Order: sequence, then C-alpha cells, then structure tokens
Amino acid sequence: MKNCDVAVIGAGPAGLAAAIEARKNGAQKVIIIERNNEAGGILPQCIHNGFGSVLFKKDLPGPRYAHEFIKQARELGVEMIFDTMAIDITPNRKIYATNSRDGLLEIDSKSIVLAMGCRERTRAQIRIPGDRPAGVYTAGMVQRLVNMEGMLPGRKFVILGSGDIGMIMARRLVLEGAKVIKVLEALPYLTGLRRNYVQCLQDFDIPLSLGTTVKRIIGKKRLNAIETVKLDEKMTPAAGTEEIIECDTLMLSVGLIPENELSKKAGVLLDPLTGGPVVDCDMQTSVPGIFACGNVVTIYDLVDYVSKAGFIAGKSAAMFTAKNTESGGTIDIIPGDNVRSVIPQKLKTSGLLESVSLQFRVSREFNKSIAIYIKENGRIVKKSVRKYARPAEMLEITIEEKELKGINGQMQVQVAPND
Amino acid sequence: MIEKYICIRCPQGCEITTTLDGYGNIKEIKGNSCKLGIEHVKTESTDPRRVLTTSVKVKNGVLPLCPVWTEKPVPKKMILQAAEEIHKISVNAPVKADQIIEENLFGLGIRVLASRDIDAI
Repeated sequence: MKNCDVAVIGAGPAGLAAAIEARKNGAQKVIIIERNNEAGGILPQCIHNGFGSVLFKKDLPGPRYAHEFIKQARELGVEMIFDTMAIDITPNRKIYATNSRDGLLEIDSKSIVLAMGCRERTRAQIRIPGDRPAGVYTAGMVQRLVNMEGMLPGRKFVILGSGDIGMIMARRLVLEGAKVIKVLEALPYLTGLRRNYVQCLQDFDIPLSLGTTVKRIIGKKRLNAIETVKLDEKMTPAAGTEEIIECDTLMLSVGLIPENELSKKAGVLLDPLTGGPVVDCDMQTSVPGIFACGNVVTIYDLVDYVSKAGFIAGKSAAMFTAKNTESGGTIDIIPGDNVRSVIPQKLKTSGLLESVSLQFRVSREFNKSIAIYIKENGRIVKKSVRKYARPAEMLEITIEEKELKGINGQMQVQVAPND
Repeated sequence: MIEKYICIRCPQGCEITTTLDGYGNIKEIKGNSCKLGIEHVKTESTDPRRVLTTSVKVKNGVLPLCPVWTEKPVPKKMILQAAEEIHKISVNAPVKADQIIEENLFGLGIRVLASRDIDAI
C-alpha cells in the first residue's frame, strides 16, 4: 500500500499541469500513474508547431511544449510511475494499478485527478462498409509510426476527416515523400482549424472535398481503392455521385472520444453531450475529492487550454487534500439555443469569489456576428459579441466576480445572431 | 485589386482582406483582430514563410528519431527542399531539447533545433 496527497492518472499535458499545480499549492506527495514509458501523453508524436500560443506567447512544437512541463514536474519532485496501468478507482479514492515490476499496486490518495485523455474513433465506430484489408489507419497511429518509429505505412493516401490531426498528417506525409490524393469531409464544413487548412492543405495543393465520405473499402490483402459518395444536407448519400479512388492507405481523422472507463468505475457522473465527467468550476467531479481535466472531460482544440484546466484541477485537488472540503451547493450550467456543450457544467455557490471561464461549442456555423448570452432563469447576466462562431472552434467566455454575485438559479449559455 | 487571406499566426484564423493599389502595394487591410494579422498579410503577399518541423535520425538513442524545428520560418518555396536536406542529418544520443542540429540551413541564417531530449541507450 502506497499513500499520497494527490494521485494523477495520466502524464499527458493535463496530468502534468495538475501535478505541478498540486505541488505548488502545498500537496507534499504527488504521484502520476502513466501507462506509457515516458511523460508527455500524445505531445511527443505531435512534432508540428502551433503549441503554446496562449500560455507562453510562443509557437512551439509539441515535444518542446511537453518538455517545459516535464522539466517542471521533475524539479518539483512529482513522482512518476511509468509502464503502469490504473485498472480501478473506488469512490473513496483508492487506486489499483498494475505493472510488470510490482504486480498489483494499491494507492490510497487524499484526492485524485483523472487525466486519461481520449482515444481516436476507428473504422468500426463510423461503420465504413466493404472489405477488411490492411492499410486502414487512424491519423494518430500514422503520426506515431511516421514521427516516432520511423515508418511510412503507405505511399498513396486518402484521408477521411478534416480534423486537425488529419490535415497536419497530410502535410507530414507529403514531407516524407508520400502522395496525398485528397482529404474527404462528410460534413459541409471544415472540422479542424482554418489555419491548418491553409498551411497543411493549401500550401501543398492537397484537394479537400466537403460533403463527401467513404462508401466502401476495396482490397483483399492490402487496400487497393476506396469508393466515395457525396452527401446531401441531410447527410444522405446521393446516388450517382460515387467515385472510385485508387490508393494503398486510408487514414481516418474522424474524431476523438474521452476515455472514461476508470471514471465510470469511480462512480463519476458523465455528461452525454461531452462524453466526459460532469465537472464544477474547480474541475471537481460528482464524487468529492475526484477531479478531472483535459481531453477526458471534453475534446479541446488547443493544448494550452488543456494545461489551463489541469492547473485548476491540480490546485483544487491540493485544496481538497488540505481541507477535505466537500463540494458545496452547485448550480447547473446548461447549453441553450445553438450551443452543443458547456464546460464546466456546475458552478459552486460556496466560496464564489473568483471569476469563472466557460468553454463551449456552437452547434452550427455562424459566418456573421453572434451574441453570447449567459442567462440565469431568463435574466441576462452577461452578453458578449463575437465576429463569427464555428463548431470546430471552442469559444470561451469569462464571468467576472461581480457578475457572479447573487446568482443562485440554473444558468444557460445561448448563442444568437447579433442583429 | 482585392486579395483574401486566412491568418495562420494564431488558432483564431481571421479572414483578412487586403485592397491593393495599381502598383500592387497594400492600401487597406480589413478583418484582422490584432497586429499579427497585419504582419501576416504583409509577409504572405511578398515573402511567404513557414516554420518547418520534421525529424532526424538518432544513433544509439532510446528512440530512432528526434523531432526538430526551424527556429525561424523558412521561405515557403524551399520547404520540400529543406525537409529533404534535414532528413540527411543524423545525430548521436544523448540529445537535449534546444540542441543545435544544423547551424545555418542553406546559408539562410536559420538554425535547426531539437525539440526534445533523447537519452542514450
């Protein structure tokens, strides 16, 4: 049996940030349990730049961004247990983990931070019909092979999904000498950031077909071709628009799913809209003393925001360890018109002192000015205007301390065209 | 004449429109949210550049590759050529983050740096 003040599950950007902040806020013994053999989570394979613009005002490659946090965690004496899989968490904060050195590990922690991140959607989850040959990969898998293992798993690629990893890997494959025939996107809009469309697709003359998906996978041993089809606005395949594209590899960039098997075992309440734990403004879950942060909570656009959520969770976990404060009364924050999901889903009424930032996504594209309304039982608490809003880009609004005063009913985030 | 850009300096991706006079000089810039947008369209219209990230081989390391990046952006038209050139490099482990992998890429005065530590076996 091991004891600690704060135990973090996962040494990715969320977990590292949480562990660092827990140490800085008085937690003496902070450990991270990590299934990989090194820290950084997905960042070591994200060798492209674009990280750190919010936190460091710099444009860093993924591994370089991770390096800052790994270094700091080491300096602060965070204990990292590698090659170790957490297999169970109990609501009274006992963790069971396993590895080949210790067999079964039992860790009793005063508070826990869940930072398991997410995993990729695969062919099975989007149900592409056809043969089952080799040559169908997820974008993250290709990224791992190309950037860390030194393997190029194909020569002629078609990419399904215009998410950021898909577009970034399209560029990466071209730089490694492969041919990228085109990128297909089932939705009528780009699902990744537009800067990636410019610097990854446009720069390398890679065509993008919106409203198009893969209807059939063709190939016996290895993929030979795919059949594509256009989709109408109801996402129904349009007969007669099929096209056969010869290729040896299909790369899927079709979304990420928060990885919450452990959260469920701990009895943490999940939000069906985000697929992650319901959290309050301290990133505390429905189980007192269990916190969550990063892509396990919701899929973020930027690692900087993942780290910021980690900071909040780590600080809150250290506070819980020190005071063993039960979570106070909470107010629901729910998505209203044109809003798909909101983080956090709960606001604390006790000790409501500082400002609170809400992150949310719109459910459809707005190419003109929009107004964001924060309402409490219909009363407008705050209004904020933005130039546009897109489902691909997470929005943030901060409710200031003075605006939070007197709030005690359910809160709603709404988006409407700003006329 | 009117030219359209999507700014790549931050994740926001502002749509910027420039109006040019008869000599191709920028007369007006619209749609940017900050001064980075102005900088972006000015360089993008005259000398487009991109930061290049790729990897080099590592000898005797715990991993076979080390990710690297150009400290400054490289002219866009040289990106493929630069990637090929950097591929030829191999380094000995241990490698330290920010270690200089190439001092002066193509004589452009641009350094290539390691973006992480790689321990020796």
